[in-house]
Amino acid sequence: MVPIAYYLVLSAILFSIGVAAFLIKRNIITIFMSIELMLNAVNLAFIAFSRQWSQTTGQLQVNGQIFVFFVMVVAAAEAAVGLAIVIAVFRARSTLNVDSIDLMKL
Amino acid sequence: MHLALFIIFAGLCVAGALNLLLQRHPINSALSLIVVMSSLAVLYLLLGAEFLAAAQVIVYSGAIMVLFTFVIMLLNAGKEVRTHGSKLAYIAGFPGAAALLGLLTYIFLSQKSSFGSARLGEYLATTSDLSRVLFRDLLLPFEVTSILILIAILGAVALARKEH
Repeated sequence: MVPIAYYLVLSAILFSIGVAAFLIKRNIITIFMSIELMLNAVNLAFIAFSRQWSQTTGQLQVNGQIFVFFVMVVAAAEAAVGLAIVIAVFRARSTLNVDSIDLMKL
Repeated sequence: MHLALFIIFAGLCVAGALNLLLQRHPINSALSLIVVMSSLAVLYLLLGAEFLAAAQVIVYSGAIMVLFTFVIMLLNAGKEVRTHGSKLAYIAGFPGAAALLGLLTYIFLSQKSSFGSARLGEYLATTSDLSRVLFRDLLLPFEVTSILILIAILGAVALARKEH
């Protein structure tokens, strides 16, 4: 038996590591990967809460898992479009460093 | 048994995520993210979400990460260089993330008893349970996401195409 709070703490740890990686990484692809890490952490929290809701009501509840399903679909779409943007940016500026991509900076 | 599996795969998850944070080369980060996603699939299985565990392996550690490694190799991404912008992120980023972690951990652990604990093999959500909700109550959102995927494919092709 594992307390559901442990799963939620694990999800918080993964999310915080994702936030830290998002802030300190300079490579645009790695930044994108840390977004995926945060999405995965939230998915784990959704599934843990779905399980907790099932146990509270005493019957199987799958609403939280449906959320995760839709998050996965949107993440797949986002990864496809995002990586296409990365390729377009690399083609235009031939760099992946986010500090050199500052066209919109004042 | 459940606790042992949880500790092993949670440890793998955290180790992979930390490796993603610490590695300088993007391909190493991508491979450690695959470790994180695969061990998350095992954790989903422990929580009784068997369809999502399979989908996690197929969609995330399969499709999405293959796309990532493909783009990294296509663009020949090298080691990242430290620049000025990252100093401020170091000063503000780590304490911010640590504060977020501390707050969330405090909230979750203080409510530990009201969350209850998961036993292995109970409340197994099979594919038919999931699809009963998905194709009966949520048919319209499901169809809308298929249009979303279609638009995303077209957008990806339009963005990545060479301009003349």
